Amino acid sequence: MKRLSGNREMLLVVAIVALVALIALRFPPFVTPGNLVNVYNDSSILIILALGQMAVILTRCIDLSMAAALALCGMAAAMVNAAMPGLPIPLLILIAMALGTVLGAFNGLLVWKLDIPPIVVTLGTLTIYRGLIFLLSGGAWINAHQMSPAFKALPRLNLLGFPVLSWLSLAMIAIMLLVMRRTPLGRAFFAVGGNPHAAVYTGIDVGRTRFLAYCLSGMLAGLSGYLWVSRYAVAYVDIAAGFELDIIAACVIGGVSIAGGIGSVAGTVLGALFLGVIKNALPVIDISPFAQMAISGTVIIVAVAVNARSEKRKGRVILKKAEATHG
Amino acid sequence: MADVQRADGHGADGQRVARHIPDRREGRAARMLKGWEALLVAVAAAIFLVNSFASPYFLDPWNLSDATFNFTEKAMIAFAMALVIISGEIDLSVASIIALTSTAMGYAVQLGFDTPALVTVGLATGLLCGALNGALVTGLGLPSIVVTIGTMSLFRGLSFIILGDQAFTGYPASFSWFGQGYVWWVFSFEFCLFLLFAVVYGVLLHRTSFGRTIYAIGNNPTAALFSGVRVGRVKFLLFLLTGLMSAVAAICLTARLGSTRPSIALGWELEVVTMVVLGGVNILGGSGTIPGVVLAALIMGMVTFGFGLLNVPGIVMSIFIGLLLITVIALPILYGRLRRRVTH
Repeated sequence: MKRLSGNREMLLVVAIVALVALIALRFPPFVTPGNLVNVYNDSSILIILALGQMAVILTRCIDLSMAAALALCGMAAAMVNAAMPGLPIPLLILIAMALGTVLGAFNGLLVWKLDIPPIVVTLGTLTIYRGLIFLLSGGAWINAHQMSPAFKALPRLNLLGFPVLSWLSLAMIAIMLLVMRRTPLGRAFFAVGGNPHAAVYTGIDVGRTRFLAYCLSGMLAGLSGYLWVSRYAVAYVDIAAGFELDIIAACVIGGVSIAGGIGSVAGTVLGALFLGVIKNALPVIDISPFAQMAISGTVIIVAVAVNARSEKRKGRVILKKAEATHG
Repeated sequence: MADVQRADGHGADGQRVARHIPDRREGRAARMLKGWEALLVAVAAAIFLVNSFASPYFLDPWNLSDATFNFTEKAMIAFAMALVIISGEIDLSVASIIALTSTAMGYAVQLGFDTPALVTVGLATGLLCGALNGALVTGLGLPSIVVTIGTMSLFRGLSFIILGDQAFTGYPASFSWFGQGYVWWVFSFEFCLFLLFAVVYGVLLHRTSFGRTIYAIGNNPTAALFSGVRVGRVKFLLFLLTGLMSAVAAICLTARLGSTRPSIALGWELEVVTMVVLGGVNILGGSGTIPGVVLAALIMGMVTFGFGLLNVPGIVMSIFIGLLLITVIALPILYGRLRRRVTH
């Protein structure tokens, strides 16, 4: 299995390199280091969000409310900043992450304590969180001039050639790598998704693990909320509307199985990068940006078809045969 | 032991265990569902009463007739969606099928097609979209939730490619009757179509062997397969059906609006799923009824209309719908848990 997932990531790397090479044929300046840094930077928020979504999907759940939670936390951060410009930005980020964690915990509690199917819970909270932004802001926009200069500057601040936004996403990747590989919680995410029954017998609390996965995705949505709002220097009700599907798409392209238990940090990051490259490349190679949606759709379908084939090879078929002889 | 049961209850992947054996569940489920529909009727009646007290304009027949446009198109898709969800799958691409179908019809208008030809183009587009979903899900054995997230982007993306930031207009006057015409007095064509489909789908699901096979597949696809049900073919037909119903909804909606933009019916897939789940259909498949979906459609339509009369912004309504969705699902679960605690 490890070798197969290694193959998948290699496959993605090859696909991304081929894609970049194709783009370079049409538009050579695309591959200058400066532009590649830009492309990575532009994908950073998607990478952070996809890592949270990955943890949730690994446990056989799904979080459709991430984009709405992002928008709510972003709006809250912007409003706090507009009201109290003196508040240090790191504290503001912590507030946004805390709020995000609360939103994620609400999803998690409904899934854990009430056994409501995750898709229904997050479908409900998706509309609730969006509505809360309206109640919070009264439908008003927080514009650039209402935000403090420090609030807007942080993600753009250049450190050693990379903007802070990129550094933050790199840090999140490193942390998630550690969590997924080296902590009991990370292993529990895999165990719960791979086989919930077996996980229970090994002493893992399935519900609690799912709850923690939702807290994690909420926290990352909160962080992304601040990043999104400060990067685009505007907050309103509809920011990142529909972005939840891009997040799930990044995971699926990255080889995270929607049935849970299969996936990797590297794959997820590559999946998000793949979408980021497409998004950044279309305008420069004279393809209408209107084509982006259809292209991502096609990529998702192809990716899931490839996933299904590699998962099948892993032995699903044998299991079915065993079931058949027993039943 | 309690832990084990909880883990089992999470059969999000369709794995069923002892607690979910259909024949034991049948009796209890039937009783539960009767209770569920009674609950929905009570909720609908309460909303109706509150609305008629809250606004003097609510009880006007023409106003009520206008209110039906809030839900008729979504409800038509919800009937087909209910069957898909009962069979254990889901179709999130319905709103995008509306967009693509509407775009195809708009394109046909530019070519000078007349109304019957437009309807044919629309229905054919919907069927093609449904066939693609069905082929990917049953032919390649892919999970429907991911496939339809993909086709959701694909179908709407295609209409973005065709239309960009433009719009198709100029639909013939006879075409607009589908969205704006009245059959008799205050009863619009759309509302009559909604009633007709309610009966057709009610009979199809509850009175035919095809309907029974849908439940069988939803409860246990493996057992259904071994009992001689052509699981793949039934599921394929169901995806065709949602494609077709989305096309019907697209015809009504396009005729009502008189124009096509690629953002038409944006976000409807979630409203349709909410309607189905609110109607008592188990999102994991295996149970649900058409009368429940009809009631849920009426409730959602009346809430939207009543709030609109009171000048409540649409987004606040969506908070209410979201809360309603979670509450109506949580209540029976809490109730069942309470009863188990009492009986044990």
